[in-house]
Amino acid sequence: MSILVHSDTRVITQGFTGAQGTFHSEQALAYGTRLVGGVTPGRGGETHLGLPVFDTVAQACTATRVDASVIYVPPAGAADAILEAIAAGVPLIVCITEGIPVLDMVRVQQVLHRSDSLLIGPNCPGIITPGECKIGIMPGAIHRPGKVGIVSRSGTLTYEAVAQTTAVGLGQSTCVGIGGDPVKGMDFTDVLERFIADPDTDSIIMIGEIGGTSEIDGATLIRDSGTRKPVVGFIAGATAPPGRRMGHAGAVITGGHETAAAKIEALRDAGIHVSASPALLGQTLLDVLTGRA
Amino acid sequence: MNIHEYQAKALLKGFGMPVLDGRVVRSPDEALVAARTIGGPIVVVKAQIHAGGRGAGHFADDPGGKGGVRLARTPDDAQQAAVAMLDSTLITRQTGPAGRVVRRLYIEAGCEIARELYLSLLVDRATGRIVIVASQDGGMAIEDVAAATPERILKESIDPATGLSDYQARTLAARLDLHGRSIRAFTTVLRAAYEAFVSLDAAIVEINPLVVTGSGDLVALDAKMSFDDNALFRHPELEELRDENEEDPREREAARHGLAYVGLDGTIGCMVNGAGLAMATMDIIKMEGEEPANFLDVGGGASRERVAAAFRIVLSDQKVRGILVNIFGGIMRCDIIAEAIVAASHETGLRVPLVVRLAGTNVEQGEEILSRSGLKIIPASDLGDAARKIVSAVRAEGVA
Repeated sequence: MSILVHSDTRVITQGFTGAQGTFHSEQALAYGTRLVGGVTPGRGGETHLGLPVFDTVAQACTATRVDASVIYVPPAGAADAILEAIAAGVPLIVCITEGIPVLDMVRVQQVLHRSDSLLIGPNCPGIITPGECKIGIMPGAIHRPGKVGIVSRSGTLTYEAVAQTTAVGLGQSTCVGIGGDPVKGMDFTDVLERFIADPDTDSIIMIGEIGGTSEIDGATLIRDSGTRKPVVGFIAGATAPPGRRMGHAGAVITGGHETAAAKIEALRDAGIHVSASPALLGQTLLDVLTGRA
Repeated sequence: MNIHEYQAKALLKGFGMPVLDGRVVRSPDEALVAARTIGGPIVVVKAQIHAGGRGAGHFADDPGGKGGVRLARTPDDAQQAAVAMLDSTLITRQTGPAGRVVRRLYIEAGCEIARELYLSLLVDRATGRIVIVASQDGGMAIEDVAAATPERILKESIDPATGLSDYQARTLAARLDLHGRSIRAFTTVLRAAYEAFVSLDAAIVEINPLVVTGSGDLVALDAKMSFDDNALFRHPELEELRDENEEDPREREAARHGLAYVGLDGTIGCMVNGAGLAMATMDIIKMEGEEPANFLDVGGGASRERVAAAFRIVLSDQKVRGILVNIFGGIMRCDIIAEAIVAASHETGLRVPLVVRLAGTNVEQGEEILSRSGLKIIPASDLGDAARKIVSAVRAEGVA
């Protein structure tokens, strides 16, 4: 197994016929993801990439079983696309879009909390279970099936962790990019509790950054769970000045608990092996697994 | 995006916020006229910069002198204050040692002060809701209040389904020890702040201090607003409030090209794709013993032109003594990065050591383009290797 997505997960793309939607849907199909169609309002009834196009998510869900939806809709319409997927009862919604207004996400989150849907993102690379299902924009080729669960607020830093674990001979069970926005769907705790419970995940890498305190919540969950699975952590932004937004809308220090130093301390207190260097994530995990650290 | 106090007050006034009569001026003569027009026994002359702590700050040319908020008893006093403040550099606890040049002043009517409260609204990530923060300890930095007396910070979260309810305002007013007419006045203030916040997609609305007068009226004596950059597309009217003098010219140039850039004080320039990896690259430079000159995320699907613009910004920074390019291509193709680096280097000239680490999509083509370019580029195999190589290259240059 793995968490959240696997070889039977049936996926649709919202924003299917746009440039981004088309490119990444092609990549997903090439990877073996069970893409079953897509949504572009006004293009219903057409065929795109050999798959049916629907006008609405509800129509797609009536026509076929949909387990997950991935959203490549531009920022102005992305929150609405998430709400549409929630209304249609899609169990897992993955929103890749970067640049959604925060107050749009405030409204989305209230509806999300009253629903049974799970949201990953926005402003994230997506989720992949290597060899089975790729939903999002990550390069598939660097992954390899294995037993390391990876959860991260950053896209390309996730790729670092993936490439490094692959390079030292480990592979990944599932990799989840939870995204860099301040108000979002699943957070560290939501993903970590699934990795802890997943029999096919033997170890975990969590990658956080400055801003907010969700890494500290994640560390508390790890400690309180009593899990014996080794966890390696990294927090980006030790050199970031307070008060400045570092690319991600959520990566800004507005209080003492939000610094890299405070988070690193919380992770260490929870028994997490914090890698001081972003270049040593794979090596640190290998050392822990082989009893050298 | 940040705006000035006088701009925030004008916006908030449109939503019903009680503010004092005031005029923005750009010269001592205008200050004289404004003070005469406003009248009254006293006016306040306030430096307009995008930083707090103005009253307790000092001017670079007068280290022991008065700060950026001055009382004037006559129009001539106001004019003299303007002479001293305009075009001078104001240094506060928020500006850093470099300070900010004062180019605009706000001349405002005086006001009788019985009490000073604190009020702000922002989005709380933990709850995903707008939260009201209030305190009886207005007029000082709220971080200091939170650290010393956290029990004096009041918080109230707003349900997005219902919006702000008046009872929440009344409840907060009571907890702030307001009575009589002040309770209704506080409801008006909070309603104005909330409506402005949601109507304009604010990131923060802060009134500090919110003054209670002797007669029980409330007045926003200072006001700060900043806006969600992601939502500016639906508020074109806010664009004209932008003051480019308050922005780092490198950051302004980067923003024009849709790049996320933050200028820092070190000597190693960085160009990276992805915000997390960009921060991690800064961190590893520091671990190797040097300081990053900037944060720069070129983003996912950037064009060759945008990457070239990014590289030119790093190249043109005169304190940069070495450049580290770190790309893990997902959507971003390494060949596009390589072509952009070569084009920008030929155009601008490469005067410092350059280390390039490429990984991911089309990495072979990218490395081929760089090696055929004839440029003196130091290739790196991974992130650790790249950081070590740029630091040793910069140090070698320093010795020579």
